[in-house]
Amino acid sequence: MILVLMIGILLVGGLTCWLVAQRYPLMGRLIALIAVIIAFLLPVGWYAQYASELTVTGNNWLIDYQVNWIPAFGISFHLAMDGLSFIMILLTFLLGMLSVLCSWNEVREKTGFYFFNLLWTLAGIAGVFVAMDLFLFYFFWEVMLVPMYFLIAIWGDFNRRYAAYKFFIFTQTGGLLMLLAILALYFIHAQQNGGQFTFDYFALLNTTFDNNVTARWIMLGFLIAFVIKLPMVPLHNWLPDAHSEAPTAGSLILAGLLLKTGAYGIIRFVLTLFPEASASIAWWAMLLGVVGIVYGALLAFAQTDLKRLIAYTSVSHMGFVLLGVFAFREIALQGVVMQLLTHGVSTGALFVLAGMLKERLHTRDINQMGGLWTAMPHMGALAMVFVMASLGLPFLGNFIAEFLILMGAFEVSPVLTIIASAGLVLSALYSLRIMQKVFQGQLQTVSEPPKDLSAREWIIMASLTATIIFLGLYPQPVLDTVQGFVAQLARSNL
Amino acid sequence: MTNLQLLALLPFMVLATAAVVVILLIAFKQSHTVIQVTGFFMMCAVVLAMWFVRDTLPREVPPLLVVDGLAALFTGLIIFSVLVVGLLSYIYFEEREENPKEYYILLFLATLGAAVLTISRHFISFFIGLELLSVSLYALIAYLRNRNNAIEAGVKYLMLAALTSAFLLFGMALIYMETGSMEFTAIGNAITKSGTSVLFLMGIGLIVVAIGFKLALVPFHLWAADVYQGAPAPVTAFIATVSKIGVFAVFVRFAQAIHLHENALAVTVLTVIAIACMIAGNVLALMQQNIKRLLAYSSIAHFGYLLVAFLSGDAGVGAGVFYLLAYSITLLSAFGIITLLSTRRKDADELSGYRGLFWRNPLMAAIFTVALLSLAGIPLTAGFPAKFFILTVGVQQHMWLLAVVLVLTSVIGLYYYLRIISTLFASPPLSPAKEKSLHPLFYAATYTSLVVLMFLLAWLGIFPGFIIDNVQEFLVIR
Repeated sequence: MILVLMIGILLVGGLTCWLVAQRYPLMGRLIALIAVIIAFLLPVGWYAQYASELTVTGNNWLIDYQVNWIPAFGISFHLAMDGLSFIMILLTFLLGMLSVLCSWNEVREKTGFYFFNLLWTLAGIAGVFVAMDLFLFYFFWEVMLVPMYFLIAIWGDFNRRYAAYKFFIFTQTGGLLMLLAILALYFIHAQQNGGQFTFDYFALLNTTFDNNVTARWIMLGFLIAFVIKLPMVPLHNWLPDAHSEAPTAGSLILAGLLLKTGAYGIIRFVLTLFPEASASIAWWAMLLGVVGIVYGALLAFAQTDLKRLIAYTSVSHMGFVLLGVFAFREIALQGVVMQLLTHGVSTGALFVLAGMLKERLHTRDINQMGGLWTAMPHMGALAMVFVMASLGLPFLGNFIAEFLILMGAFEVSPVLTIIASAGLVLSALYSLRIMQKVFQGQLQTVSEPPKDLSAREWIIMASLTATIIFLGLYPQPVLDTVQGFVAQLARSNL
Repeated sequence: MTNLQLLALLPFMVLATAAVVVILLIAFKQSHTVIQVTGFFMMCAVVLAMWFVRDTLPREVPPLLVVDGLAALFTGLIIFSVLVVGLLSYIYFEEREENPKEYYILLFLATLGAAVLTISRHFISFFIGLELLSVSLYALIAYLRNRNNAIEAGVKYLMLAALTSAFLLFGMALIYMETGSMEFTAIGNAITKSGTSVLFLMGIGLIVVAIGFKLALVPFHLWAADVYQGAPAPVTAFIATVSKIGVFAVFVRFAQAIHLHENALAVTVLTVIAIACMIAGNVLALMQQNIKRLLAYSSIAHFGYLLVAFLSGDAGVGAGVFYLLAYSITLLSAFGIITLLSTRRKDADELSGYRGLFWRNPLMAAIFTVALLSLAGIPLTAGFPAKFFILTVGVQQHMWLLAVVLVLTSVIGLYYYLRIISTLFASPPLSPAKEKSLHPLFYAATYTSLVVLMFLLAWLGIFPGFIIDNVQEFLVIR
């Protein structure tokens, strides 16, 4: 019930924002913030209360809520939460709050509709992380898409319409292929179980395939949808455009959360529903992951547009996710979950910084920046933290994540792992280039020196910094939370 | 004819009376408002009559008619659509035409034609219904005779419809020659006994051509864009919904009776047509700048999707009905917006006129956006479960080719729906003030009904279960 409440609050809050802002334009953001905070506190409070009980019983599923939705087709409204979902939900609402905060002043027109879209996107993402009925999952998968499209298409930069189309059409293509795959799975399951039609995840887990070809095709339907979102290299085309044209909060959500839904989908659905089929393509997936690591890093190094640069670093970091997932090792999978969290925080922070710079300098071109440290030492120092996180400095979260992934993958394929590690060198290249170009060097002629961080911006950056350092120093709570799911997954896929 | 048979036909008799009542009203009191309100109540009376006779179904009225669950469903859809079209017609014609009274006679006659199609089980009633529908439509399409496009559209429709009537008659004659009967069921029995001959197949082919023309299936779709563009907006809505629903209904009944799905050749031909519809409709719509033409091409694509349900046989009928329901609500709300925005001189069909509508008139733009999202099949709107059910039956019958084409072409479709939506949300030009001359009550009524339609779309999108169950219940009545 608490999960329904959580999503419901976001949906209702979004509508209220829209209606209230017609009359009082500034109230919208306040309502949005309150709604996200409540949605954040609900699962956290619940978890604090019951966490200890669960480790005793050994049951992975913390909440399980199911009611009939369209019984004629075996569709139910089934929400459930385990450790993995809980971690993802936590990230969703943390970044959700920050995205409301960072659009506090940036969005000046049509605020009501803006926050409506923001909250509905968050609701869709939260839904994706807890839906345990494949129809419902697809439903939420699409629900997060439409408001995101509006966020980019209305409040984006100059080339926003092109970017919004591209984003929508890429993801929708994948989504529809997934829908076909879901339907195929649904009928195969029904055939085996004497016409018991159901979309329920737990029921479909028992599906067995009599031939590998069918299983592989269905698996590919799912996988394509997820790797488009992730993104995997030949399908990453939409990402730089969408990330660079979106408003700051949009980039934050895209990089921090939307990409994670792809990774979550692979872990939750592809690996568990099709263990054999995914093992059969594992090597190729790892290869493409490594290609993504190197290729993304090289492209990032070549960019002059700050947001595009950060966008390509995402391609590179998500390559690690693909590498780790298809290694099927417990340690690598734990690294993947860590990577999802830390990448969400660190890249999100970099996008927020890029947004702040753009607000002050009205440009994203790093050739027109330089020497900003003297004017904004605080921002410079914070940028340093996240740039270091992005290149994988120990003590910061990303290091733990990438280290675990490489350790797990090494057992499976030493060659690929060595190439991937070389990718880390490239990440140092592009990361340091950000610092050099933006904060060091000659001060460019700006009519008046830009102001340093405001109190609101301090709150945003401080919470992100605290999170990334905490994850770097003491990742154990996260690892413990997902332990149950990951261990089971690694066992069944080995 | 027994009393019960007569009773089962009550809704259709009320519908026929509606046309007569309008004629009489014109003789006594020439007021648009009176006619409009009377027409509205007559349609409500049809719905009431239907509810009143629901227990007597199913009832055969040999040799021509049968009133069963399928007929009730399709007639219900038709009456529902006509109610909305009638409402839209008022504000549309009150602004333009001095004397729009005959319009309502034609509208109700065409509706009667479509309704007769849904209950026909015999070639004669099939043909009468179709002609009643077409002949009324010739006049309806060209009703605003001062416009160039209207005359062009009317003549185009007239020529092609006359031609297809000839095709239809020839096809019927061939089948009659082979089987010796004009009743659908008797034809079905005859061919199960003696098998299909070449002439019989030719007859079926000719009938499919005629039906394909009415449903604007590729390659018989050439009239669609011009007629959609030239006809007055409410009439376009009528063509897109009522006339297609009627023809589809008779096609379903005919195909069921003669076991069309067991004939490999027919299935192949229809599969090719369905794929052609989906591809051609979506591709042709891509670059359209005229919304009415765009909706014409999109409706071609949508009937391609509907054919997927049709090809699934009996299992697909429920999905097809649900799809038609979602599609009618969606199109009616889209055409409602077009009607509301149209001015005295011109229909609002240029895409550029919609620029920034959201910031000028959020309510209208919201309704239009929901309608477009529903056409694109995005969740939370009725279009999504509709498309989902079609895919479900398609996959169930292992029609993988059709399912994959459906999915891929919907992605193409997405592009042009998004194009309209992003136009709606673009920054507005300096907006021309729109003159409103009518009584605000009618605007209020139209707005209310459009908002109701929008909520229906959302309701169907989120809780389709209720409707699906009811549709299945009705389909059992046969």
